[in-house]
Amino acid sequence: MTPSLLHPPTSPLVGFLGSALLLSSFAMLAMRRMGSLVRIFALQGILLTLSTLSVALAAKEPHLFFSALFTLAFKVLLLPFLLFRLLERLHIRGEVEVLLNVPTTMVAGLFVVVFSFALSAPISEMANTVSRGLIGVGLAALLLSFLMMITRRKAVTQVLGFLGMENALFFSAINATYGMPMVVELGVAFDVLVGTFVFGIFFFQIRETFESFDLKHMDNTPTE
Amino acid sequence: MALIPTFPSFGWTISLLQMLFVIFLAPLLYGWIGVVRAILQNRRPAGLLQPWRNILRLLRKETILPEGHSYLFLFVPPLFFFIMAGASLLIPFLMVSPPLAPVADAVTLVGLFSLARFAMAAAAMDLGTPFGDMGGRREMMVAFLTEPATLMILFTVSLWSGSTAIPSILHSFSLGHSPFHPSLLIAAMAFILVFLGENARLPIDNPSTHLELTMIHEAMLLEYSGPLLALMEWGSMQKLLLYLLLGIDFFAPLGISRGLSPLSLLVGLVALLGKLFVLGAGIALIESIFAKLRIFRIPEFTALAYLLSTLGFLLHFVLEV
Repeated sequence: MTPSLLHPPTSPLVGFLGSALLLSSFAMLAMRRMGSLVRIFALQGILLTLSTLSVALAAKEPHLFFSALFTLAFKVLLLPFLLFRLLERLHIRGEVEVLLNVPTTMVAGLFVVVFSFALSAPISEMANTVSRGLIGVGLAALLLSFLMMITRRKAVTQVLGFLGMENALFFSAINATYGMPMVVELGVAFDVLVGTFVFGIFFFQIRETFESFDLKHMDNTPTE
Repeated sequence: MALIPTFPSFGWTISLLQMLFVIFLAPLLYGWIGVVRAILQNRRPAGLLQPWRNILRLLRKETILPEGHSYLFLFVPPLFFFIMAGASLLIPFLMVSPPLAPVADAVTLVGLFSLARFAMAAAAMDLGTPFGDMGGRREMMVAFLTEPATLMILFTVSLWSGSTAIPSILHSFSLGHSPFHPSLLIAAMAFILVFLGENARLPIDNPSTHLELTMIHEAMLLEYSGPLLALMEWGSMQKLLLYLLLGIDFFAPLGISRGLSPLSLLVGLVALLGKLFVLGAGIALIESIFAKLRIFRIPEFTALAYLLSTLGFLLHFVLEV
């Protein structure tokens, strides 16, 4: 294994936080209740913050501290708060409806992980960040969020999948290139925030029109 | 192997001590779990020695044999007991490499446990009573669902040493790896799930009731009485202890004796007792927090164990090569 001689392996703490983030993606896939889904999303935000901090410390990149701060403010505090308020206003409680049962989704998730680890191995060898081993983890988390969007029936869970995807993208950017430029990061953060607001309004519209959040109703909407 | 002691007879003494340790300590560990559970549930604990008292009382009672039993029914309890006692010779826990080390392969051990489980399920089905049948089938279902996870955990752990022999796994851990590995942590989580499933602990099976239709382990023992029941129960207690010892070897081997000097053996013993003390309390805590799963949720539970173990295996290649 020659590459390991050229680059030291990923530091254990960075690696551990990365794997915890991957586990939280799986947890989002496995959750059955809406409330706990949002809580897992907040937890993922916390893990993302810690992981950004650990990379910042390991690589001595001061601007990542600001990224961590933004992550904390947006993804741990603001977005979960908005989501919880949304759930309360829409009176959404109870079970997540899935198209594929949970164990099958998990096994599909495993294949996704194998696929993305294999895909990112050459990229990891090119990168020269302290946490390049985690590029595959970021890609896996991204595809897992995709999987969640595909296998869920209700609009709210799909939005949570979308937000999880944004988390994973941010994570990959940090591990591959120590983060995007600050302007881009801020822009994306505000986009997601605005997106959540728009989704919120959209949910009310969906419910008014179809009296349900089930997206299968949207398949045969008349186009006029 | 540099670890083979100069006095082979001394190594064998330690091995026999290991076996006695497992046979006599297992009921105490069971008692300790019961004490912590009772305290957590605001009951007055029955005491550490309660499992011992149960075993001694059962051994004194007469055996009532059910109608229509075959020799299988009679032979399985001693077989089960001695498989477990024999397995304690294969797991190194007082010293790194016992004389049976060349045989002490983790896969062999899993096979031994499978043999014991098969014997137990076969004996339960021997009479053809509905409860025994049901228990045996359920036990086999849980077993076949947890086995892939068990093997994946073994493979994850043995990636460090390149061998599934437990002494060489322990040896590779002593070669100055940091104690903090994401892949091992995740594999340890999977191991906890497998442990609960294989030993019929709470989220899978309730060990303290005979009354539910959902019981698994108890249903298999329903027709046994007297000394035969004592052997079965005692064997199960040993199995619990053996699984914990295996977990300690894999995920927390700190303090295990590498040589044969009395001092290091003593330190190893104290460290081991301390770990078992903590782990026993941990099991009791898990059992007090979680409710029993519906039987059709068990595949989800074991799918989670398999998922975690496979993730640990994969993460090893990404993070730790």
